[in-house]
Order: sequence, then C-alpha cells, then structure tokens
Amino acid sequence: MTTRLLLALAACLLGIAPISAVAQNGPLRIEITEGVIEPLPIAIAPFLTEGAAQSLADDITAVIKADLEGSGLFRAISPNSFISPITSFDSPVQYADWKAINAQGLVTGAVSVTGDRITVKFRLFDVFSEAALGDGLQFSGSGDSWRRLAHKVADQVYSRITGEGGYFDSRVVFVSETGPKDARDKRLAVMDYDGANVAYLTGAGTLVLAPRISRDGGQVLFTSYDSGFPRITILDTGTLQTRALENQPDSMTFSPRFSPNGSTVLFSLSQGGNTDLYSMPVSGGASTRLTQAPSIETAPSYSPDGGQIVFESDRSGSQQLYIMPANGGEARRISFGPGRYGSPVWSPRGDLIAFTKQNQGRFHIGVMRTDGSEERLLTASFLDEGPTWAPNGRVVMFTRETAGAGGAPALYSVDITGRNLKPVPTPGAASDPAWSPLLD
Amino acid sequence: MYRLSTLIILCAGLALSACTDRFGGAVPADGVAGSNADPSSPAYFQQSVGDRVLFAVDESTLNAAARATLTEQAKWLQANQMFTAVIEGHADEQGTREYNLALGARRASAAREFLISQGVASSRLRVLTYGKERPLEVCSTEVCYSNNRRAVTVLATGVGA
Repeated sequence: MTTRLLLALAACLLGIAPISAVAQNGPLRIEITEGVIEPLPIAIAPFLTEGAAQSLADDITAVIKADLEGSGLFRAISPNSFISPITSFDSPVQYADWKAINAQGLVTGAVSVTGDRITVKFRLFDVFSEAALGDGLQFSGSGDSWRRLAHKVADQVYSRITGEGGYFDSRVVFVSETGPKDARDKRLAVMDYDGANVAYLTGAGTLVLAPRISRDGGQVLFTSYDSGFPRITILDTGTLQTRALENQPDSMTFSPRFSPNGSTVLFSLSQGGNTDLYSMPVSGGASTRLTQAPSIETAPSYSPDGGQIVFESDRSGSQQLYIMPANGGEARRISFGPGRYGSPVWSPRGDLIAFTKQNQGRFHIGVMRTDGSEERLLTASFLDEGPTWAPNGRVVMFTRETAGAGGAPALYSVDITGRNLKPVPTPGAASDPAWSPLLD
Repeated sequence: MYRLSTLIILCAGLALSACTDRFGGAVPADGVAGSNADPSSPAYFQQSVGDRVLFAVDESTLNAAARATLTEQAKWLQANQMFTAVIEGHADEQGTREYNLALGARRASAAREFLISQGVASSRLRVLTYGKERPLEVCSTEVCYSNNRRAVTVLATGVGA
C-alpha cells in the first residue's frame, strides 16, 4: 500500500491519498452552530517517526494540537494520562484504554522523510463507536511545508467531527503597523492563519490599507498612498511586483474586493467629494459605474456566486447595509437595528453577512442573515472593525484597536456563535486582516 | 458681530496652527517654507491665514468659522498665483476605515468647492483623503477628535493640481 501511495504522490507538491478504503461514520460529532460550551476531549497520540527526526514528528503533533484546541471545539488530553501509548501506526486500537480516559476521539499518525519530502499520515477513531471516522490519509510535501501538512491533518480531523470545512491550512494578509499613532508606518504582510511564517510584501515607510487576497493566493489588492493619493494597487505575491490600477483623472480609489473568480475588482471611487461603487477587470481596462448617488457608497463585497453585492451607504442619512445585483441596479436595505453598520463581508458559505456596527460609542463585530434577520453581535470594544471570514464561514478575524495616545491595533478572531474570542499573534501592531481560502 | 467672530476664529486658528507640519501636527517652526513675516510665504499662509477648517461629527458642512477661514485662504491664493494646493480631508477615529476615507473626501471637497466659489481656479486645487489615518491629536476623547475632523490646505509650487 505504501509503495502505491508514494507513486501516486510523486508528482504532487502537497500530495493527498487515502490509507485505507474503509470509511465508517460514528456518532462522534460537534454541531458548531449550537454553540460549543464544553470542548470535546480527544487524544492526540504523539505522532510516530518512521525514519523522520523525532523533533519533526513532535513539532507536527504540536501544530495539530494547537489548531484543534485553538478552534475552541476540542480539548487535547495530556499524553501523560494515556494508558496504552501508540507504538505502531498500524497496531489495532485498544478502545477500552481510550474510553477509560474519556477520550471521545483518537488521532494517531506517523511522519516519514524521503529525500526532501515529508509524508504525514494519520487516522481518526471514534472511541465510543469503536470505529475509524473516515479513511486514514496521508499528505506529503517539501521539507519546509511541514506546518502545512500538520494543518491539513487538523483540517481533516475538524472537518470529520464537525461536518464543516476546515480552515487551518490558510493564510492571512494584513497590515503591519509601526510608529506613533499620528504618523503610522503601514506595510503589507502575510502569515499563516496562526501567525507563523510572517513575510513582508511591501517596504517600510509607506501607507497601505485594507488588503484583499485572491482565491489562489497569487494576488493581493490594496490601497496604496505611493502616488500621494489613495489608489488601488495589485501585488503579485510571487514576484512582489505591484501595479496601480487604471484611474480616472482627479479621482481616488479604495476599498477593493476581488470577485469570486478573481477576474474583476469591485471598488470605491471618490470624485468631487462623492464616493460610488465601480468594477473593472483585474487585468485592466474600462471601469463600470455601479451606483449613482450623492451619498457615500463603499466597502462592497460579492456574494460567493458573484451575482450580488453587499455594501454600505449613508443614503438613508446614516451608514447602513444594502444588497444589489452585481451589475448595479436597485438596492435593498438589510440593516435596521440601532446604530451604524459598515464594512459588510459576505460569508464564503453564502448564508451570513459579517459587519462592523457602531452603537452608543462602542464598536461591534456582528453577523446577520442575508435578509437582515437574526442579527447577532459577536464582540464589543472601544474599536472593533473590518471582519474577514475563515474559509469555512464559521470564524471571523478582525481588527481591535485600543484607545488613547498609546492605542494600537491587533488582530482577533471569534466564532460566529460569539465564543472563542482570542488574539491572533503578530510580530507587532496589526490591522485589516484578509483571510485566504483554504490552500490547495 | 461678524467681524468680532471672525477675529476670534482667526486667533483660534493661529493658536492651533503655529508650528505645524503638513498634517497639522507639531514640528519645528521651519517645517514650512518661508517666514511668517513674509505675507507671501507658505508659513504665513499656514500660521496667519489659517490652513485648516474643522467639522462636526460625521458632517462635511462648512460652518461660519470654516467659511471665514476659507475666504481668507481664497484671497491669499488669488494674491499668490504661483501656488497650487492639495486639500487634505481627515476624520476622527470613530468610524470604519472605508467610510472615513469617503468622509474625508467629502470634507476636502467641501473646502475646495468653497475656494472655487471665491474665485480660485479649480485647476489649482486637488483633494486628498486620509480618512482616520493621520490624526492631528492622539487622545481618544472629543478634545482631540474635534481637531482631527479637519480639511487642511497644503500648498505646493510648480505642480499642476
């Protein structure tokens, strides 16, 4: 079996392959939407090494554990309490020994190295059903991709137990901030979703705002002040080359967003003091005006199918959320609660809109259904803003800024149930996160 | 009464704008070209004419004080034709980033339109929004916010606006 798998994987950067053909579904299950109060206890057996360095196997186990515990849905049982340590990947599981320590699930795995390629294989067991939960799988990749391999294992475990897609093997583009509050230096950076592998995409001494990452991760749209004026710029994440999008004379552009297929950029253009929504091909060319109103129209975001746009407008007299067809036309207001609503973002699942709400001097991140019903505020602080969706539409990341002269922004994430609010580690002050889709 | 209020406004503007950089922050007095003693210098424009106007929360309407300052700015610009200007619009931090960019553009544009109405050629005036990205004062109370909601007229020479 191993030989066949290796052959199948030989051409892949990050290979994926089943280990056994037997799939059984037990009752091991978390319903995220119900709001998980008590994390599910699971045993993550330290991954074995099959020729790899022990430290590599330990590092991979640690990332899987951090992913699953970080989701707020799982609690990893200390290996010190394991009754029968796993000594071989293919040994039969002694379910009674795992039931005895109240492990609901068991993850086992092993790491091997062939040349520059690492292979990580794992199995997931439903302890109380005494059955495997899904097939064993293995992932392989180059030596420097070990964190991604670990994230992929964690995504599989998360996905099999929750029935939702995972989100761990993903990246976040954000703005790294330094300097005093009245002269902030802002540069683009990218990192893994958990804060690892930070890389800077633009130089120091600049002002850049609100990046967005393309579906394939290859391009980043952002607002740059390099020309002296705010202007939408596109960056190739491979070459770090940038190109300002075509501009109309005496106009300023900002708040860009990719269409789901990545070919169109939706943005705000301000001219003569009036800000409206436009779209244009990412490759360049003529722009199309989508709104024609003396009010402010900004912060647009496409629905996952590309057919509709949610945006904010103060046409009613205050900032509110609206949805209109992707080619413009009549908009319907969806926000009606007290306060002001801005920076709406359509969930990748299509079911919810995340937004920033300002009410009575406080800022909130919230979600509502696309018809405006079931509004739910997830956070409250001096200044929370700019939500971005995890690839599975179950977590949002956002900017939280503290007050005063020494105030600084940081990244936070929270579940759509309002649980598991926590800071996302960054090297320094950070703002405007944009979460990528799951990587291939 | 009108003359008196104008005088008060000008004095207030003077106190605010002494020794300021292009965003209106405190810097050494040589941050802007020329001497305040030279009425055709950018330093005089900034410190004696008054280079900024302030706005109410979430508003871009010019109040009487703002119109008075802009009237003086227009006179100065008409008398000093070698200068062009970029009008920078700013917002306080109580708003979302994108909305504040749009609001700053509205404020800068309101100031520009007023200057044009006073006879300044539109080709000499360009608007720029910084949203909430460049506060003048950094506290998180109305004392600071009221000075951050501003449009600042920044002079340049020899560059088409």
